[in-house]
Amino acid sequence: MTIGKSVTLLLIGTAVVVVLMAASVVYGYTDTTWKGVYDSFTAFNGSNEHLVIQTVRIPRALIAACVGASLAMAGVIMQTLMKNPLASPDILGINSGAGFFVVLGLVMFGISGNQSITWLAFIGAGVAQLLVFVLGSAGREGLTPMKMTLAGAAIGAMFSSMTQGFLVFNEAMLDQALFWLAGSVEGRSLDLLLSVLPYLTVGVFGALLIAGKLNVLSMGEDIARGLGLHIGFTKIVASILIVLLAGGAVAVAGPIGFIGIIIPHIARSWIGLDHRWLLPFSGLLGAALLLVSDIAARYMIMPQEVPVGVMTAVIGVPFFIHIARKGEKSR
Amino acid sequence: MKAFRPLHGAVSLLIDQRTVFKIISLFACLLIVFIASAALGDIKFSPVVAFQTIFGFGDPFQHMVVYSFRMPRILVALFAGAALAMAGAILQGLVRNPLASPDLIGMTAGGSAAVTAFLAIFSDKSNALTVSIGWLPLAAFIGAAVTALLVYMLAWKNGLSPIRLILIGIGLTAAMKAVTTMMMIIGPIYQASKANMWMTGSVNGSSWSDVLMIAPWTIISLVAVMMAGRHLNMQQFGDELAIGAGARVERQRIFFLVLATALVGGAVAFAGGIGFVGLMAPHIARRLVGSHAGGLIPATALIGAILVMLADLAGRTLFLPLEVPAGVFTAAIGAPYFIYLLFRTKG
Amino acid sequence: MSAIIMDSVTLRYGKESIIEELDWTVPEGKITVLIGGNGCGKSTLFRSAARLLKPSSGHVLLDNILLEKMSTKEAARKMAILPQSPAAPEGLTVLQLVKQGRYPHQTWLKQWSEDDEQAVQKALRATSMLELSGHPVDELSGGQRQRAWIAMTLAQNTDILLLDEPTTYLDMTHQIEILDLLFELNEQEGRTIVMVLHDLNLACRYAHHIVAVKDKTVYAEGAPEHIVDADLVKHVFGLDCLIDRDPLYGTPLCIPFGKGRRAVTG
Repeated sequence: MTIGKSVTLLLIGTAVVVVLMAASVVYGYTDTTWKGVYDSFTAFNGSNEHLVIQTVRIPRALIAACVGASLAMAGVIMQTLMKNPLASPDILGINSGAGFFVVLGLVMFGISGNQSITWLAFIGAGVAQLLVFVLGSAGREGLTPMKMTLAGAAIGAMFSSMTQGFLVFNEAMLDQALFWLAGSVEGRSLDLLLSVLPYLTVGVFGALLIAGKLNVLSMGEDIARGLGLHIGFTKIVASILIVLLAGGAVAVAGPIGFIGIIIPHIARSWIGLDHRWLLPFSGLLGAALLLVSDIAARYMIMPQEVPVGVMTAVIGVPFFIHIARKGEKSR
Repeated sequence: MKAFRPLHGAVSLLIDQRTVFKIISLFACLLIVFIASAALGDIKFSPVVAFQTIFGFGDPFQHMVVYSFRMPRILVALFAGAALAMAGAILQGLVRNPLASPDLIGMTAGGSAAVTAFLAIFSDKSNALTVSIGWLPLAAFIGAAVTALLVYMLAWKNGLSPIRLILIGIGLTAAMKAVTTMMMIIGPIYQASKANMWMTGSVNGSSWSDVLMIAPWTIISLVAVMMAGRHLNMQQFGDELAIGAGARVERQRIFFLVLATALVGGAVAFAGGIGFVGLMAPHIARRLVGSHAGGLIPATALIGAILVMLADLAGRTLFLPLEVPAGVFTAAIGAPYFIYLLFRTKG
Repeated sequence: MSAIIMDSVTLRYGKESIIEELDWTVPEGKITVLIGGNGCGKSTLFRSAARLLKPSSGHVLLDNILLEKMSTKEAARKMAILPQSPAAPEGLTVLQLVKQGRYPHQTWLKQWSEDDEQAVQKALRATSMLELSGHPVDELSGGQRQRAWIAMTLAQNTDILLLDEPTTYLDMTHQIEILDLLFELNEQEGRTIVMVLHDLNLACRYAHHIVAVKDKTVYAEGAPEHIVDADLVKHVFGLDCLIDRDPLYGTPLCIPFGKGRRAVTG
């Protein structure tokens, strides 16, 4: 993989994301045109079309892009950290952890407001990541990828069981909580994104900064230590970045699955294993996939919308099964 | 180990005498919990009264409370618990991983998806069901069975690798959850809350007709598992050793998977997605009687039954007048237990 | 001169102590081979010398500097290690693998210098991996894969090289190939090499210095010609054997007693 080719891929990726964001603004239930979008910026006239564009579509496109990119990058870091091709924020229960804490806050303590939801999501993601982290580093060799996946799935199952349990107590909140739990970029306010954006930014730049260290870590802990890497420090920083990226994404859009697992694989096969290229490219692909899923979700059962989390699962499950079937050899 | 050979050696079981006594004690525990469950609730009786009523010596009021309200749910809890626990023991033996359980390989999630789909599809505009609710268990059973079938089919690649089986199960669990979410959002909110209740796992509202369906189903499966116990022992050692010992590994594995599916399907159909029982019960049983299938299977079934009965009892007495689904309690005990297990089985 | 010095080092896994209050030194510029039975603690001793395991008491000195006073990158510039059966990420090429060996020499500003490039080329040449440099590591044969990993440690450009059972899982041809390579590295560049080997005969042929580990301590050490005899093998491995002279190289040759055939001579 030459540097020229990598740069080209990144540029193409950026272009695709920009085009998809534009498409996400234009296409949907309310008919708008490309010209209408342009006019809404240059000559805003307060018409329904301009209002939809400015207050609904543009935030939605931005949110989809940010959330998709964050989840994909979190997935890359997790897969390297765990040495596990099936690791991702949803499979290892990070998303359900965040979901549980948000529901707990909404239902049991009547918490609402963007800032609080954000913090609840971070706490939940943090708790789940801590569990995964502690489990992953238990013993001399840690858990095998297989056990790790199983452990994550169980942590996820535990959090969803408890989430359902709390929803039984409070049927009135069920509707609101369900909407949030389904994972969607529709109807989320721009404020919510803005309140999370600083964390996501730190997550993205932090990830790019430790890309070189992740390259070394991916060769195994003993080798990495022999090469002079601070294993503990790198792992802790990487875990914090995962919490920032995944927790932030969940706070905005709810638990959206499968982006964190499939994108790193696709990105690796195109741009190679070097994290300095892999991370930004995964971010772009993640943004692109969530934008496409979100646009598709508008057209599946018109006039209703499919939650985008369901769309990504529809795309992601076959892919997951493919990796699981193929993965036997490398274990 | 002293083999259990009743009838002067005409029957010799692969089970030692101490295990037999332990199983008898477990059965005694089951009876105590049973009587306590019949006695306690928003109306309380003394154990003696409950005992008398169970055997038909109570007054009409006591008889009505115990026989019409409590007994069906107690029995459904008993059988569902036993079935889930046995399915867990089978899966853990097959996968040779102590962390496997029916909830983790997508069976419960498949049942949930089918139930929500059923509620969403057969509801009219005024939130009324267009078909009888009596079909709900069938839907749940089909959902669990179809998911299990899908898992096996997708995991099949020159034979069934246990690891692939689990991984595919995890993937399909996610898929089924997506379907569930989708259906809950499409369907009316009233049905959503009903579906949510069901997914958490509850034996509230069980009737005698439920008992009459789940009981034979579970008992037949239990006998089948007991009879095939020797083969399960072999499976626990892994393919190489089992083949070396002359076991037809693939065929037996399919047989056990079908059995596990039948057990989970039945339990899920009548009691919903009660989680973590299939995980916990076999472990507790293994600590008590060792990992030999001869003692393990009956002990597991008894412990599973006790767990779900206790969870149900707690759910309808601790937070009166609120009724908490049994599944919340099994998850509340099961989750920490699971984490403890993860730490114990390192490497 | 000593490359690594251990000063009353105690090593533990959990509560169980594996090595107790050991004073031990690794001679500079020589090939040192650790031998011993399974579970005798030689791998633990190796891991401690490789700073993969911190001593619970005592000190380790690398190049006469206390290891705990040294940053891990500094240590990595003095000593390269190759653990037992390392695993590269799927699809990583030999060149990418070897390049990682330059990690301890890089900084935020100097990500890939001329020195880095030359060290990598030299390592590939020394291990005859130049033609294979574009191949994914996981598709190589066992011997080639081991050479690729050794190339990575060479690119690290350190005076000391530690290898844990570098010949395990290799057939005889590849075992000799790897050991010859290490021998040349020592001969031509004077690098200190420490390794764990299971084959006593090969250990005797390639080692300048043999260290026999037994009962939580170093049982005996010295040149193979001086220390390896039937008595040592009996004590360290619990094996009865005849020690003869290797007809080709003159090093000690261990012939174990066993039951496969009736002995020809008494």
